[in-house]
Amino acid sequence: MSELAILYDASKCTACRGCQVACKQWNDLSGDVTTNRGTYENPPDLSANTWLKIKFIEQGTYPDIRWLFGRRSCMHCTESACVDVCPTKALYHHEMGFVAYDKSKCSGCGYCVEACPFDVPRSSSGAVTGIRHANKCTLCQDRVTNEEKPACVKSCPTGALTFGERSDILAAAQARVNVLKAGNPKANIYGDTQLGGLHVLYVLEDSPEVYGLPGNPKVPIATTVWKDIVQPVGWGLAGIAVLGLGLNYIIAQRKIKIKSEGE
Amino acid sequence: MTNHWIDIRNADRIMIIGSNAAENHPISFKWVTAAQERGGKLISVDPRFTRTSSKADLYAPMRSGTDITFIGGMIRYILNDMQSLSSAERAAKYNMTYVAEYTNAALIINDGFESWKDSAHPGLFVGFTENTNAAPSKLGAYDKAKWKYANTTNPNVDAAIVGNSWTQWSDLNANSVLRRLWENYEDFTPEKVEEVTGCPQGKFLEVCEEYAASGAPGKSGTIMYAMGTTQHTYGTQNIRGYAILQLLLANIGIAGGGINALRGTSNVQGSTDMCLLSHILPGYLSVVNHKQQSLADYIATAKAGKQPVTPVGLHGDKSASWWWLSDEAQNYKKYMVSLLKAWYMDNATADNDFGFNYLPKVTSGHDYTHIGTFESIANGTIKGMMVWGQNPAVGGPDSQGERHALDSLEWLMVADLFETETAAFWKRPDPESSDETKRVDSSAIKTEVFLLPAAASYEKQGSISNSGRWAQWRYKAVDPIGEAKPDMAIIDELVLKLKEKYAGDNSVQAEPINKLYWNYRTSGEYEHEADPNKVAEELNGCNVADGSLVTNFTALKSDGSTYCGNWLYSGMFNVADGRNKAKDRNPVDNSLNQIGLYSGWTWCWPINRRIIYNRASVDFDGQPFDSEHPVIQRSSGAWLGDIPDGGWAAINEAATGEKYLPFIMQPEGVAHLWGPAGMAEGPFPVAYEPWESPLDENLVTGVANANADGKGTPGFNDPCCYIGSLEGWNKKGSADEFPYVGMTYRVAEHWQAGQMTRNHPWLAELQPEVFAEIGPELAADKGIENGDKVKVSTARGFVNAVAIVTNRMQRMTIGGKTVDHVGVPWHWGFMGRSSAFHSSGNILTPHVGDANTTIPEYKTFLCDITKV
Repeated sequence: MSELAILYDASKCTACRGCQVACKQWNDLSGDVTTNRGTYENPPDLSANTWLKIKFIEQGTYPDIRWLFGRRSCMHCTESACVDVCPTKALYHHEMGFVAYDKSKCSGCGYCVEACPFDVPRSSSGAVTGIRHANKCTLCQDRVTNEEKPACVKSCPTGALTFGERSDILAAAQARVNVLKAGNPKANIYGDTQLGGLHVLYVLEDSPEVYGLPGNPKVPIATTVWKDIVQPVGWGLAGIAVLGLGLNYIIAQRKIKIKSEGE
Repeated sequence: MTNHWIDIRNADRIMIIGSNAAENHPISFKWVTAAQERGGKLISVDPRFTRTSSKADLYAPMRSGTDITFIGGMIRYILNDMQSLSSAERAAKYNMTYVAEYTNAALIINDGFESWKDSAHPGLFVGFTENTNAAPSKLGAYDKAKWKYANTTNPNVDAAIVGNSWTQWSDLNANSVLRRLWENYEDFTPEKVEEVTGCPQGKFLEVCEEYAASGAPGKSGTIMYAMGTTQHTYGTQNIRGYAILQLLLANIGIAGGGINALRGTSNVQGSTDMCLLSHILPGYLSVVNHKQQSLADYIATAKAGKQPVTPVGLHGDKSASWWWLSDEAQNYKKYMVSLLKAWYMDNATADNDFGFNYLPKVTSGHDYTHIGTFESIANGTIKGMMVWGQNPAVGGPDSQGERHALDSLEWLMVADLFETETAAFWKRPDPESSDETKRVDSSAIKTEVFLLPAAASYEKQGSISNSGRWAQWRYKAVDPIGEAKPDMAIIDELVLKLKEKYAGDNSVQAEPINKLYWNYRTSGEYEHEADPNKVAEELNGCNVADGSLVTNFTALKSDGSTYCGNWLYSGMFNVADGRNKAKDRNPVDNSLNQIGLYSGWTWCWPINRRIIYNRASVDFDGQPFDSEHPVIQRSSGAWLGDIPDGGWAAINEAATGEKYLPFIMQPEGVAHLWGPAGMAEGPFPVAYEPWESPLDENLVTGVANANADGKGTPGFNDPCCYIGSLEGWNKKGSADEFPYVGMTYRVAEHWQAGQMTRNHPWLAELQPEVFAEIGPELAADKGIENGDKVKVSTARGFVNAVAIVTNRMQRMTIGGKTVDHVGVPWHWGFMGRSSAFHSSGNILTPHVGDANTTIPEYKTFLCDITKV
């Protein structure tokens, strides 16, 4: 089966944030109580309740002023650290390319929160059950496996978000960048090669760093050790495995404490 | 809109001015983006660098309220460019056929006309009389006698303009419209534009050059505007300025062109079509005034303004003047009588003037708009009010004053989804107190309030008419919650109850209710409430004899044999199968060259014409100026493409005396560069200052800001604008006390007065509270940091907000004076989920209105800002 991908063309995004609302609507996520912090951008960060947000980036002064808009959500990497570290296979590569999620299998360990080079997954406890689990964009797994576009893409009025087979999306991104380069040599594609190829591709009007993206994202070494050394040894060598697990767990939990919404 | 949303994609140039379309009309950017992908250029002109500006190829800043100077400067640029070219070059760069033959550029005006530049009456045209009455009143009024054409029945033309043979301005008749236009804007140099508007002249010239390129034959440019244009004391003249610019560039009637008003809500177009405004009846028929005691009086007034005055010397030799096609075909009368029949049916007969005297008559000269209504509430004339789909305690100007006015009402009915600030005006925050718990003393307020739960748009069916005039039927998705009902059902019940109460009352006062025909219930779901389908049929119109549908408005009669609720909507039904075409959903684009008319998708007025004035898109042979985007085209004696603006033959093809000019609603058949009678304050727009201006002198007219009585100064301010008082509430501020230019606007995340969006958790999360945007220079002066709590105040009240300090707002130098802007969105109020005391932006705005429409001057006022 061919791989699917979203294209976010920042040059066409007006930051209307229909995508942000559509994500909450489809995924049944509640609205947070926020305040204005001197910006249009809200909520302040991704959370268990917010799997997608639009960034507002102001640059320069008149007449060289720009207002750039960026997207923060799961990038659905090919080399995905979250999948590598997930001990229960709750996070896994779907045959359509994206990083799928089976919440029922999530043990709430938080390794994915720690491992993600884009700082995307968030962990929270259920209000009633107290059971901890991870949250992140699933590419609207329940929609795309039923031949529907992801909710964010469906809501986009300008065509800044499009969806389709990754090869087509990549070609469209390349064509768009070629057009933009005529007036803006900094125009570039993000996600074509990073981490083996992302399934959310960006057309950007400036370098990835301007949008808060790592120019060269890497799967953390600890993750590589976990996947390539510890895991292959197998559960037979339980002691070493538990040691590895334990180390990861301690690091992950520290990070969760910082990020948890305390839901 | 003269055009429609999809058509924006056909534009070669798009100028968005007085609108933040990306923010407030997000879907429009689907088509703006499509135009840019085709190579079209987007120009954004705004005091702020907005989400729209972020996508623009060219952004030009402009001081709030200086559109006429900016556009006047563009008009001057184009006219000077035209003049500098040889005849052949001019015809290649501009569509001079269109300018000369389809506008009144060549027509000769009255010899006695005197410009506002005349030293005898600086800043004012000839014929002005100042109104010495205290507010509320207009500043003054004009006798328009000297604005007319030299020949008022068959205006003559300047042959040099028609023949495109001129090279100097002195080659033209001194009273030709084109030369008068040039003189009007002669002094609007780039230097002057920079001095007045704050736009650097280099940037201004870039805008001129880019946008003027849309004037070439085969090229198109559209202007998208919204409330940033209209909400000024001279808002209508702002639009006139756009119209003149677009006509000089031959951009009206063509694909990718037009003057496109982006309506503030999904059905503003429909509501004005149906007479929500106080000066019109359905279909833009005039409201009846007290001087019109009979139908004959009323029709005589219409005739005086609507009968054809065909120019002599153009290729076209006949004005349709559709309202008054001829004395034998008085369309105005047909539409009016058919409307009276729809309202009074069997009680409307030739013997009783078809019930003409059942209609309420306005007092000529009195203001019945939102502003005038609140003046009348404040002074006790109006004792009861019904509020539907509106929240004036948040949306009205000088909100504290309007909230206070509501105290004078004996009763108030509000139909809404939530308890709005208007319904809760009696427990409003104390306007004087910074204490965020202190409310007014409600024990002193005697108003009885009725709050009726209304259904949301998804809970009822019916049509809405979008900005492109498309009437689109919407079906009910879910039943209303609880006891909520559609507005129409509430009105239906109310009228039937009134009829019951007045039954047997033979007084004159009871007649309009007793004689009213009211029969909208059908069966099933609509057995006990009004059926929107039945209302739609009445709008289309029927034959009285058998109730059969009429084909369209050409079938309406003035003898009482037809009835029609709105002639513009006549033709919405297909007679053959009784189908309501507003329900059509054919997604195939059958227009010529697939220019995106989608004529089978819903239905638009008039008679499904997707681009109005489309006969101006073709030459005398009926061939499109833009062959790539043909709207209509004459072929083998027939028109192809869109429904033509009148089915008459092309000008060269038609017989003498039947060569119809393209602007069929104008008495002259050509479009108005010169406005002979329409506008209150002059035939051309003049650059006036807002009621509250930071300047001591109008830098264009030279008239000083004599702020003595607080009312305003004709010639500095718009001489005919409306100044409210709200019984002493509408205070005027001076630049000494309130040095900054304030403005209000909306954000993408909230809608209007906020009742539907501020109560929505997902939207409240995105924009949780009112903010004030300021530039870094002003912030530094006032010691304000990004995110600080600030207080924005005017002479009328204050708002507590969060400061957004941003480079998107910049300091300007205007006439040597430093001018800073403060921007505040107006959505918030004191009720609901996302709410706070002292959060409504309109607390700041003044109770003054446009000279022609009395729309409030929400967009420019004087304010102060301090850190809390």
